[in-house]
Amino acid sequence: MLDRTHRFRRAGTTAAIAIAAVTLASCGDSTGPQNKQSALHPAGKYSRQILHLTEPFFWVAVVVGLGVIFGTFFVALRFREKPGEERSPKQVHGNTVLEISWTVIPAIILAIMAVPTVATIFSLAKRPTGPNVVHVTVTARQWWWQFDYTDGGNGVQTANELHIPIGQPISLTLQTPTCSPSPCYLNGVDHSFWIPELNGKKDVIPGRTSYLNLEADKPGIYLGQCAEYCGLSHADMRMRVIAQTLPDYHAWVQSQLAQNTSEAALLTGVNNTTYGCASCHSFKSGVPGAVAPNLTHLADRTAFAGDLYLMNYDNLWKWVYDAPSRKPMGNLSQHMPNFSAQGMSQAEAQKIACFLLTNTATNPNPTPSECVGK
Amino acid sequence: MTTVEDATAFVDAPQHGLRILQRPRTTTGPFSWVTTVDHKKIAIMYGTLAIFFFCVGGIEALFIRLQLARPNGTILSAARYNEFFTMHGTTMVFLLGMPIAAAFGNYLVPLMIGTRDVAFPRLNMLGFWVFAFGGVFLYSSFALGGAPDGGWFGYAPLTSTPLANGYLPGRGTDFWTVGLIMLGIGSVATAVNFLVTILNMRAPGMTMMRMPVFVWMMLVVAFLTLFAMPPVTAALIMVFMDRNFHTNFFNAAAGGDPLMYQNLFWIFGHPEVYILILPGMGIVSEILPVFSRKPLFGYSVVVFSGIAIGFLGWGVWAHHMFATGLGPVAVSAFGLSTMLIAIPTGVKIFNWLATVWGGAVRLRTPMLFALGFIAQFTIGGLSGVMHSIVPSDTQQTDTYFVVAHFHYVLFGGLVFAVFGGFYYWWPKFFGKMLNEKMGKLNFWLMVVGFNLTFFPMHFLGFEGQPRRTYTYPSGMGWDTLNLLATIGAFIIALSVLVFLVNVIFTTRRGEKVGHDPWDARTLEWSIPSPPPEYNFAVVPVVTSLDDYWHRKYTEDDEGRLVQLPAGGSGEEDLTPANFDPHSIHMPSPSYWPLIFALALPIMGYGFVFKNWWLLAAGVLVAFFGLNGWAIEPATEPEPTGTPELHTTEAHR
Repeated sequence: MLDRTHRFRRAGTTAAIAIAAVTLASCGDSTGPQNKQSALHPAGKYSRQILHLTEPFFWVAVVVGLGVIFGTFFVALRFREKPGEERSPKQVHGNTVLEISWTVIPAIILAIMAVPTVATIFSLAKRPTGPNVVHVTVTARQWWWQFDYTDGGNGVQTANELHIPIGQPISLTLQTPTCSPSPCYLNGVDHSFWIPELNGKKDVIPGRTSYLNLEADKPGIYLGQCAEYCGLSHADMRMRVIAQTLPDYHAWVQSQLAQNTSEAALLTGVNNTTYGCASCHSFKSGVPGAVAPNLTHLADRTAFAGDLYLMNYDNLWKWVYDAPSRKPMGNLSQHMPNFSAQGMSQAEAQKIACFLLTNTATNPNPTPSECVGK
Repeated sequence: MTTVEDATAFVDAPQHGLRILQRPRTTTGPFSWVTTVDHKKIAIMYGTLAIFFFCVGGIEALFIRLQLARPNGTILSAARYNEFFTMHGTTMVFLLGMPIAAAFGNYLVPLMIGTRDVAFPRLNMLGFWVFAFGGVFLYSSFALGGAPDGGWFGYAPLTSTPLANGYLPGRGTDFWTVGLIMLGIGSVATAVNFLVTILNMRAPGMTMMRMPVFVWMMLVVAFLTLFAMPPVTAALIMVFMDRNFHTNFFNAAAGGDPLMYQNLFWIFGHPEVYILILPGMGIVSEILPVFSRKPLFGYSVVVFSGIAIGFLGWGVWAHHMFATGLGPVAVSAFGLSTMLIAIPTGVKIFNWLATVWGGAVRLRTPMLFALGFIAQFTIGGLSGVMHSIVPSDTQQTDTYFVVAHFHYVLFGGLVFAVFGGFYYWWPKFFGKMLNEKMGKLNFWLMVVGFNLTFFPMHFLGFEGQPRRTYTYPSGMGWDTLNLLATIGAFIIALSVLVFLVNVIFTTRRGEKVGHDPWDARTLEWSIPSPPPEYNFAVVPVVTSLDDYWHRKYTEDDEGRLVQLPAGGSGEEDLTPANFDPHSIHMPSPSYWPLIFALALPIMGYGFVFKNWWLLAAGVLVAFFGLNGWAIEPATEPEPTGTPELHTTEAHR
């Protein structure tokens, strides 16, 4: 008996080491500046609730799985017929007690599992209420995310970056773009909103409104991306949540509400009439863009194009110059065009990028050296 | 239909008003394969073509893995990647999984239940040719304006948006909808054929509870196929209509419901999973007792748990939709039903282990694959149970965790069972034993490659890598595991290569074996290898489960195995010495199912390119084929003047 326990323990240790080795190997290449999007590192109460529910069942599964694998090896090797040996094994056709027990025992385990599962389902489905709740409407577009802050009608609109205060529940309303005239087909396709470190995923389906809660414990950047196949650039539909302390968050909201002093210059100065930026983009806080991201305070964002490129001078002018070569667009009817094909020069694209980068309230990025004097 | 030797009717050849094509008569030579209605030849064609498509889908997978080996991969464009993952899934489900079951089912079901052919030989032939033409039709899309790129699940409204609006450019999705409808016709034909064959054509004494488990599983699969294909066919037709005729089934702006597509797809899609895995469970249930020299432990429990899976499989489809926002009551119900289905699945695993327990285990290649099935399928089953914990599933669904899960079920399970089945029945199919050394190399390479590819994917999923993404940035912690998975994929490819070399080697220089090289249990081993066209010289009278075994062995008072004295010892197959093969009249070959099957891709191209002339031509060919089929007797009478034995069925 002791021997058997020992053997089991040794098998368990070996397996644990193997699993740890694989996990460590996967952590080895964390070279990026941002944190990950790992469901194993919950950073808020919802994702933690999910992981706490998963963990015990994961270990039950590991034990049962190792048991069966061990059992398979055991029966194969223990009862193996040696070369030349002719055994005539006892012909066992079945055993009612055994068969009933391995029907009933799993049933009991599953029944036990069911209780916390159902409880957690209902707990996670509750929408938070109270004065502290931050409400944001998420619109899933092809292939980027639009965030509208709806509390108090403040009209802040961002793209691909969701700022939230820590320690407060965030109530997201998920939808695809409304389209007019109706009926039309331009109200998008299925997407799925997913910030693994803050909560599980929730699909965004045309014609339906779904809801999801987020909450972050600590300030930080939490990555996420679309998790339902939505066509050509599905992989490039990424996003990030920037969690801030409450005062920082309020300061951010106020900065976003400020109108840009340079807007007039932007509208007249960057060949806007030639390239028609404003026909898709909005440059005003509180005024949503028609189909494309609102560019007000663009320079305050850390990344753009579905969180595909970091916000810097080089990335931005190349994007303005020829976006489809930087992110697959296919023949989507509305997308950032290749302006170089419409006669835009690189110098013009650089000039536009400079206007956009200096056009900010808080300006975390100092004016790029390339832009001085432009 | 099979003739019976004591039939009494002597008839003249029926007179037909219109005989445009002379009925083919040859049953040997290369051309006979085109017109054959012999279930064994059809099975070999099914198997060959399915393995061909397995290789094609595998090559697509290799490209996918190359692209994902490193972050920001550039081997494939986004568009090409999306085509490849769509066609990989579509191929492995519809052009490998279902046809390979049809291959084993076709060859083995009649032999295992002791009959000379299937109930509807020409319908059987139709099923194969629809599969062949459907596969070619789907793949022709690569040359004719773009392959399908909406995923094997083809969610509307991505797929259903009219072409002009360009969410999915190209004709690929039209090829996909029409191709899948076409393949569905073949699957239903095959299912009907299996149903009727198993229910009506069993040898005397072969009661339901004496049928081999493989036959039982094929029966359950036939029922599942029959009822699962209609909803997906309806959904596919709606997608085609939305795309091409601007209907609004899935257009939310006009009151359509995209979620309805998911319901329709998964009420097919989940039973489909069991359509794919149950034949594998059947194969394993045949292999384990033979190589343990013990009967299957708890035969009736294994059978009933298979039936239970067949029923419960209809009540779990929404577990594919836990993230769609169905509401807590609905997801709780489907979470619980999903947990429930784990019980009969677990029962099977324990019964298999108990079968091997205490046996005289011979670790030959088929047994290795069967044991590999048990271990790996268990891992897939357990990760499946984890999906039933709905909140956990919202982190796991649409990530590589799910990719790991279903590959453990369908590759670690089904594909391992299929390879085990090949090694086990190859001597029956071709009279030669596949090389054992290469077989073991095949097995171990596949075990290593498979686990190296798919085990790391569990962790990739937990760490947030979504499926169906053509690339990923560096610094996410996914690089090493993705590289491991790619290396594993090439080891799998190597193992398949070893198998193909083994097949060629065996065909050229393989060791010839007798009718019962494994000392096996079921009726197919009682007849020569390969079996004659008529299978059984004398239709066997069955007296027990594992009837052939009990002609060779009995048990003493303590349940020990005792060999019966020679004569019944299985040294000879059961063909009588004075048997005259000409006394058996088999169904005649035919052109008509081939012609009707050929009409389907013609109509298909007509639909895809909206070329109504082509469609009309296809319809005409279809009617031509059906008409010829309808007026042709199943079994052609001998030329006038020759007295001839006849079945009553031939007159219908």
